[in-house]
Amino acid sequence: MLVKPLKIIVLAKQVPDTRNVGKDAMKADGTVNRAALEAIFNPEDLNALEQALRIKDSVPGSNVMLLTMGPGRAAEVVREGLYRGADGGVLLTDRKFAGSDTLATSYALSKAISKLGCDVIVAGRQAIDGDTAQVGPQVAEKLGYPQVTYVEEIEKINADGMEIRRRLDNGFERVMTPFPVLLTVHSSAPGCRPRIAKNVMKYKYARTLTELQVAAEDYTRMFNDRPYLKIQEMGVDDIGADTEALGLSGSPTKVKKIENVVFKAKEAKVIGVEDKEIEELIVELIENHTIG
Amino acid sequence: MENFYRDNRDLKFHLDHPLMKKIVALKENNYEEYSTCDYAPLDFEDAMDNYDKILEIVGEISGEVIEPNAESVDQEGPKLENNEVKYARGTQENHEVLAKAGLIGMSLPRKYGGLNFPLVPYVMAAEIVSRADAGFSNIWGLQDCAETLHEFASEEIKKEFLPRFNKGATAAMVLTEPDAGSDLQAVQLKGDISADYDAEKDVYYLNGVKRFITNGDADISLVLARSEAGTSDGRGLSLFVYDRKDAAVKIRRIENKLGIKGSPTCEMVFTQAPAKLVGDRKLGLIKYVMALMNSARLGVGAQSVGIAEAAYREALKYANERVQFGKAIIHFPAVYEMLTSMKVRTQAIRTLLYETARYVDVYKNYGFVSEKRPLEKEEKQEAKRYQRLADIFTPLLKLVASEYCNQIAYDSLQIHGGAGFMKDFPIERIYRDARITTIYEGTSQLQVVAAIRGVTAGGFLNRIKEFEGERVTPEREYLKKILVGMTTQYEQVTAWVLEKNDNEFTDFHARRLVEMAGNIIMGYLLLRDSVNNEEFEKAAEIFIKRGKSENTQKADYITNSETKDLGVFRYV
Repeated sequence: MLVKPLKIIVLAKQVPDTRNVGKDAMKADGTVNRAALEAIFNPEDLNALEQALRIKDSVPGSNVMLLTMGPGRAAEVVREGLYRGADGGVLLTDRKFAGSDTLATSYALSKAISKLGCDVIVAGRQAIDGDTAQVGPQVAEKLGYPQVTYVEEIEKINADGMEIRRRLDNGFERVMTPFPVLLTVHSSAPGCRPRIAKNVMKYKYARTLTELQVAAEDYTRMFNDRPYLKIQEMGVDDIGADTEALGLSGSPTKVKKIENVVFKAKEAKVIGVEDKEIEELIVELIENHTIG
Repeated sequence: MENFYRDNRDLKFHLDHPLMKKIVALKENNYEEYSTCDYAPLDFEDAMDNYDKILEIVGEISGEVIEPNAESVDQEGPKLENNEVKYARGTQENHEVLAKAGLIGMSLPRKYGGLNFPLVPYVMAAEIVSRADAGFSNIWGLQDCAETLHEFASEEIKKEFLPRFNKGATAAMVLTEPDAGSDLQAVQLKGDISADYDAEKDVYYLNGVKRFITNGDADISLVLARSEAGTSDGRGLSLFVYDRKDAAVKIRRIENKLGIKGSPTCEMVFTQAPAKLVGDRKLGLIKYVMALMNSARLGVGAQSVGIAEAAYREALKYANERVQFGKAIIHFPAVYEMLTSMKVRTQAIRTLLYETARYVDVYKNYGFVSEKRPLEKEEKQEAKRYQRLADIFTPLLKLVASEYCNQIAYDSLQIHGGAGFMKDFPIERIYRDARITTIYEGTSQLQVVAAIRGVTAGGFLNRIKEFEGERVTPEREYLKKILVGMTTQYEQVTAWVLEKNDNEFTDFHARRLVEMAGNIIMGYLLLRDSVNNEEFEKAAEIFIKRGKSENTQKADYITNSETKDLGVFRYV
């Protein structure tokens, strides 16, 4: 059965790289010092992009578009996607989005997706800054799409839908889903393909209009010659969103208190090298949920 | 994220050399493809930025994929299944990722799917990949064959084969035979114009055996064979291109090697294997293979620098971590002297590598420009000048870089002590991988045979005199003074040897003379680097002082020898 080309949207987020944290990673008030951390493409969103590109590989003519919400510099996420084989991208950006929690964010994203239209939405399971894993599922709820979380592999695609393997704690589950659908992809799924040399050279000057206006570089000629270098921006008005449901006013999540937890080893325990002793240690670690 | 390009600032420094302006201008021919090709650069800055960004991809893949695979590739190695080569799992992954990233056929023109990169960034990519896994760098580096086809093959062959490279085709240069190693004139594989040629199909049928062929089961093979019956020397040999799809070659065995185990070294049996002639008959060895060899030697230079860098880093890491007698061993003079010397020698061969790559870049690109328009008189002279420099610097580089990389790997293992002798640390593999570099693509001894012309005909001295004319800052004058002294000594010793008018005596001392020239040249290059970037200051000082004492020792040995001494060595 022939599958018609699919329109795929990848939800991606620019996050501070919390994996390589230095001394100045936290401010005195206990919040993340974003300036001290490199801004990167959220790791599981790269797994998501790979799945989207694989769908495109197996269904010729499909289109992969990135959708990211954030400040102007988050356009880098769209460029990164273009380097790796995506067809385009949209930056959802507006001062009115500032301070949005997962509820407000998923509202904005779902509004944008309704405007853009699509058959498949692929997102990373969660972002390494908030680690909520809520945005993907909330977007699906708001759009009324079925959702498949913890995706590890898309095993089959046919005209009616897809057969998908989900990663579970103690194994995997195979599920079928119709289109349209939202997937959230687990880090155990394959890593993203590399940047493609020709795409990097082709898209490295891709800019949003806002970026173009503030940039010191003068590549006006190039932008006139190469229209594909324009990255689309969307704001509140473009997606027809209700301002009240966005930003701080649209965010019921309130941070009550932030606490610094400092791990201090109070006692040391010497474990022998015998198999039995190591086994006991493993059992202990599993029981107190340190591992497993 | 490991990135083998970004974590080594020396690379960007060498990439940004002023001569790149000329090289890029020649390569991009007035940026004429900007309007017709969406990844062609707008101007010089844009082109340089492209090289930087693409090398970043190479650095990331090398650090994140190739290096982590190196150990398993070394252990697993390629396998022979039904007379076909099957790469180790890691090799397959490496190749796939690089192919997906479009990093094969980097130097090919865009019309054949390439990136149209000059040699300098391509050679830099080769250094980076080699640092990650020297064995794998052979498989990736054989894209050099594309360059040979591009330079010499007919348009028809180019159209058929070249676009396949960027899509991931692998390649092999199929030259040596059981009785034709260093002496390629003895090649016997038969593809006779009178007996084995099908004029209708314009195809030759090749028969015979090839041995020690790196990546022997590649998609595209360049094969040296005897097209002229009754001949016995190099003038009867032609170069052919064979397509694996024709399935007329059997791989009889894969060699079990000391190092670079991931790269399959094959014995190939050709049975009526259809192949197409590259360029003109009879020029196979004397022109095309010589060109192929030169780029392969530059490749081994890059590979050697990459191995040296890897070995140095492993030693540095270990020396910082290993505590003996209450402190990290890096704090002992015996250890830190070794480490510093390793680093300085790595920087010396790196600066020689990129200097040589630029010479080759300039003259090769003049060659390509001349296909489009006649060169001006001055351009012709310049092309000639750089070609002459490339001809003597390439064997010098291959000699020095490969020998240094072995010394550096040796010292690195030494710093690891007993642990280095075990399979637990990467240095054990790196040490074994280094060993081949002084042997293949012409042994060190053969590099000396090629490079000695630079001594006897004065090519090295002329270049050294030009370096002498370059400006240095006042505080570095004392280093220049040392180099000027070394040059006088080199001139005197060379004259002394040549006055004997005895070829065997010259051959006897050839390596010493070439190495003396090499020490002066690398000294000047590091001095120049230190003027442009203070980070090289210590390297210049250490290298020049060491070079001086090495040269004095050689000069002393040479001037105290006599023709009759040869007899003593001959009859041991």
